[in-house]
Amino acid sequence: MIRINCPYCGEREHSEFTYGEDATRATPENDAPLEQWNKFVYERDNPAGEHIEYWHHAFGCRAWLKVQRNTLTHDISWVGLPHENPEAAS
Amino acid sequence: MGQYNALNIAWNALRGHKHWQRAWRDPEPKSNYDVIIIGGGGHGLATAYYLAKNHGITNVAILEKGWIGGGNVGRNTTIVRSNYLLDGNSPFYEHGMNLWRDMAQDLNYNVMFSPRGVMNIAHSKSQYDTFARRANTMRLNGIQAELLSREEVLEREPIIDGSSDTRFPLWGGILQPDAGNARHDAVAWGYARAADQLGVDIIQNCEVIDFIKQGERIIGVKTSRGDIHAEKVGMAVAGSSSRLADKLGLRLPIESHVLQAFVTEPYKPLINGVVTFGAGHFYVSQSDKGGVVFGGDIDGYNTYAQRGNLPVFEDVIAGGLTMMPCLSRLKLLRNWGGVMDMSMDGSPIIDVGPIDGLYLNTGWCYGGFKATPASGYCFAHTIANNEAHELNKAYTLDRFAKGYAIDEKGMGPYPKAH
Repeated sequence: MIRINCPYCGEREHSEFTYGEDATRATPENDAPLEQWNKFVYERDNPAGEHIEYWHHAFGCRAWLKVQRNTLTHDISWVGLPHENPEAAS
Repeated sequence: MGQYNALNIAWNALRGHKHWQRAWRDPEPKSNYDVIIIGGGGHGLATAYYLAKNHGITNVAILEKGWIGGGNVGRNTTIVRSNYLLDGNSPFYEHGMNLWRDMAQDLNYNVMFSPRGVMNIAHSKSQYDTFARRANTMRLNGIQAELLSREEVLEREPIIDGSSDTRFPLWGGILQPDAGNARHDAVAWGYARAADQLGVDIIQNCEVIDFIKQGERIIGVKTSRGDIHAEKVGMAVAGSSSRLADKLGLRLPIESHVLQAFVTEPYKPLINGVVTFGAGHFYVSQSDKGGVVFGGDIDGYNTYAQRGNLPVFEDVIAGGLTMMPCLSRLKLLRNWGGVMDMSMDGSPIIDVGPIDGLYLNTGWCYGGFKATPASGYCFAHTIANNEAHELNKAYTLDRFAKGYAIDEKGMGPYPKAH
């Protein structure tokens, strides 16, 4: 069972959250070449291991959170706000 | 190795079934092949079989990191259908239906293909209208489809809740009468045995660790059982595509997600065909052994763990109980998860390249089982001829960049939503 420690609400269970997406993708500039936009829209790193991603506390405080989760074990090693980053990743 | 037939069974029965030979050999890998297929799942095995049978290429190795039948080909809900809408998909899946019908004879292996009908039920007039459109499209594409009234649905499946006070009252349904189920393990074993008889080497417990390149061309793979060279390397590794492509520095339009499936204890005949719920995501059929087999949505977050979480579990069961309340009396026997290659438009990729010597087969989302024969048929053609077959020419890797996504569900590049 995935449990996420929301910085506002404390530890809550999976069913209160909805998954967002990979939080490491940076939106290209508007005038960036099409190839770059294609990579951004359609290609994914899809790592087996640590993954930094957004979750929405939809049935709680409704905040967007940034979460570091292992895609092999579902273990969550870090939770922060969207502008923050885990130390290991920065 | 001999044919499987009644005479052979009788002869072996008289000898106490002690002299059956193994269904396929266990060869040591050679250092060189014409074609290597990475992944001994249903698609990889079918590909090798059709390479040998249709294209005369028999110097082929299938490299499987685990054992035959241990991956997604053994972890699905065994549904076979072709009720698609879009031009890129319909002919491909319908060709698959033709292969399913003859598969047992073709492979000399009873794959227990059972065209018991796939029925989707509707709960409103507008949903019924979209089913009418789907049925018309299917018929125009030469695929069988029938619209069913509420009464006809209940006649086929009496245990569906047809009362008016249920949360989503039944309105009608759509039926593909020639779709149904097949025995998933038998499909893997049948293709493995038939490919082996044509000379294909099936090498189990052989994990591909890296690729061997000469300049810009792939000329082989490094494996846990040594280096193996080949002119052509095909990848059919559902669930691990991104991980393997990463060794080549390739990023794919793929995200890995887990799909859970469930089976109850064996029960007397209860459900006649395959049924899907129209007001949620739930599909169910009953295995020949009696187990009620069902599934629903993917969990919805990237994962490589072959297990899911409880919220989706609960959601699937809730959908099932709304449609067929009597299922609540059954005991769940097992629940498992499989890792899916979810593509960015919900459709697969069977293509040449993008690196010389490499061929891609990926992105089956959670519809890979029914595609097994058609995928093998087309992937073999693509590898043998260095170009796509007419049936898979829409399944290119560059369709996203070119704006030709095949998006049945109209969800856009959100794999969790397909």
